[in-house]
Amino acid sequence: MSLIIKNGRVIDPSQGIDKITDIYIEKGKIAKISKNLKIASGKKIKTIDARNMIVSPGLVDIHVHLREPGYEYKETIKTGCMSAAAGGFTSIVCMPNTNPINDNASVTEYILLKARTEGIVNVFPIGAITKEEKGEALADIGEMYEAGCVGISDDGMPVTNSNLMRRAMEYVRPFGIPLIIHAEDKYLSSDGVMNEGIVSTKLGLKGIPGASEEVMIARDIILSEITGTPIHICHVSTAGSVRLIRDAKKRGVHITAEAAPHHFTLSDEAVFDYNTNAKMNPPLRTQKDVEAILEGLKDDTIDAIATDHAPHSQDEKNVEFDLAPFGIVGLETALPLSLKLVENGILDMSELIKKLTIKPSQIVNIGRGTLKSGTPADITVFDPNEEYEVNSNEFLSKGKNTPFSGWKLKGVVHKTIVSGKVVYSKN
Amino acid sequence: MAFNRKNILSLNELTSDEIETILDTAESMKEVSTRDVKKVPALKGVTVVNLFLEPSTRTRSSFEIAEKRLSADVLNFSTSQSSIVKGESLVDTAKNLEAMGASIIVIRHSMSGAPFVLAREINASIINAGDGAHEHPSQALLDLFTIKQIKGAIRGLNVLIVGDILNSRVARSDIFGFLKLGANVRIVGPGSIVPDYFKDLGVEIYYSLEESLKNVDVVIMLRVQTERKSLEFFPSLREYSKFYGLNKEVLKNANDNVTVMHPGPINRGVELTSEIANDPKSVILEQVSNGIAVRMAMLYLVSSGEKK
Repeated sequence: MSLIIKNGRVIDPSQGIDKITDIYIEKGKIAKISKNLKIASGKKIKTIDARNMIVSPGLVDIHVHLREPGYEYKETIKTGCMSAAAGGFTSIVCMPNTNPINDNASVTEYILLKARTEGIVNVFPIGAITKEEKGEALADIGEMYEAGCVGISDDGMPVTNSNLMRRAMEYVRPFGIPLIIHAEDKYLSSDGVMNEGIVSTKLGLKGIPGASEEVMIARDIILSEITGTPIHICHVSTAGSVRLIRDAKKRGVHITAEAAPHHFTLSDEAVFDYNTNAKMNPPLRTQKDVEAILEGLKDDTIDAIATDHAPHSQDEKNVEFDLAPFGIVGLETALPLSLKLVENGILDMSELIKKLTIKPSQIVNIGRGTLKSGTPADITVFDPNEEYEVNSNEFLSKGKNTPFSGWKLKGVVHKTIVSGKVVYSKN
Repeated sequence: MAFNRKNILSLNELTSDEIETILDTAESMKEVSTRDVKKVPALKGVTVVNLFLEPSTRTRSSFEIAEKRLSADVLNFSTSQSSIVKGESLVDTAKNLEAMGASIIVIRHSMSGAPFVLAREINASIINAGDGAHEHPSQALLDLFTIKQIKGAIRGLNVLIVGDILNSRVARSDIFGFLKLGANVRIVGPGSIVPDYFKDLGVEIYYSLEESLKNVDVVIMLRVQTERKSLEFFPSLREYSKFYGLNKEVLKNANDNVTVMHPGPINRGVELTSEIANDPKSVILEQVSNGIAVRMAMLYLVSSGEKK
């Protein structure tokens, strides 16, 4: 069946398009973008009226925890995909810290099989750098690449051994997939549970200094320079990290970076009084860090926005702060929180959509995030001005762990389309 | 004066008026302890649970005596007997205690913020009897009470806190309490456990005990908490005691009428010498007796406090 999306403001940064026009979709692919399309009569065509809406390439999130296999009580590939679709995401990249860890091709194949049969958006797995994420021996990187992994990462369990990290960079380079880095020196983090600063001092909670992130970014920039391997820095949270990445880019290091909506929206003040839904790793930092991240988004030091969607059960979060797991869900609030960047004059709409579509797609080389004709018709239709109140109980994700419940936000997804098929429709 | 709180979770959230109300109430409670029959019916028919999930002898005993002097029905619930070791969550344990009719829960916990979890989840009044490295409100209140009795007033006093500031809940509560009542607060200790962030709370930071003692009216010695890994932060007890142990000689730097306090239990020869512990300047045992009056006041006030 064919589909026409009419009268929307079509924004596709990959082609420099920003105009009111129509999109014609045929056989699951983008056929044409043009006003007054002449369609041969007799064809069965479905029409979507996108008047007053923005029509963008389907959003791409390169940092998601789908929890399956192993932690299906937190999230499954099926519910994670539903949550993504509800948030306007058509492609998600999932991290390897499942149980078992995605450190070999059989786990990768399992995830992709589940995604094909139960998932409604595109799922691209990331493999582990080391076996069982133990930081001791390289995982089956080549076989995972063949099975479909689009990058390797040590998310959550950083590789402490610098020599092993160097070997990983050297080994992965010929496969052409990036090394995706969760930068954290676990010794400096110690048993910290929130940002180290005045708030942790008042709350008597153990702090994670910004230095624990910055030290590792500095190390990996140096290792990337001697190996020539592109690196991607996950969830940048401090002003110092932004500065290091900015300097490295100036010197021509192959480095990209992402920031999560919570890190450019909230400071560590959100942890008062022991709000476990404001506990994540890296932690919420200070207002100064928030401002540095906004500056980094503005000057393109930070290439992409990624959620670090980390679902947990309510029972796991409703405990003493020290015992609660790190992480919050993000897929269903990322777009409205990011739209604040436009409202606050940090980015224009096209720059924002770039950081949610073509940029993240390019980092992991998945060929999405564009409306070029002939590419799979992954499209998001949203109203950037529609206001609503976030209610975590309505999330399609199994995880309700968000600090944003009750917030009034602007930006509502109306249609999410994957390969020409509507997978989410606002009721 | 009105006290409209259902819970006492931290000194940081109390106003100076509320603190004064507790201290004034403690004054009348102290009188009860001087009677032949040391009992009043204020909490008759009220069930109070002492939920102590971390070892404690003096704080728990002090609360228990306070509760009994107010005629409350007392239930002691500690780690070794609790279901917590069987894997029950803190919230479930507290909900069970509430279902049994507990109206006040006094909680001691090894993790910061645990009393706040209870306050969110259950309707009983919660009193924080020490949570992790966060706060120890009843200790600071009895410190304030003791100093007020000795010096007449808190405002304008120079108060010095010595030791493991970073890991101490007593330090945080004392800092908030003394600052709110108008004292000047200094802290001193090894660089690794006296972080700069404390400056933003409004205290002065020192590293030399001798210098920090100049013009000081009150010295609060903190316990070296070997169970809280103090020893990861400095080389040895010997070296700690050499630089930060209080002895007669170094105490000469303080004002003549200086008062020395310690929350106990003392490590004699580490934080202070026996000579100091036994000196009339030291009020460690007065602190212990005043603790009962202050805890009676806290229990009485939360039981009559409006929901807030």
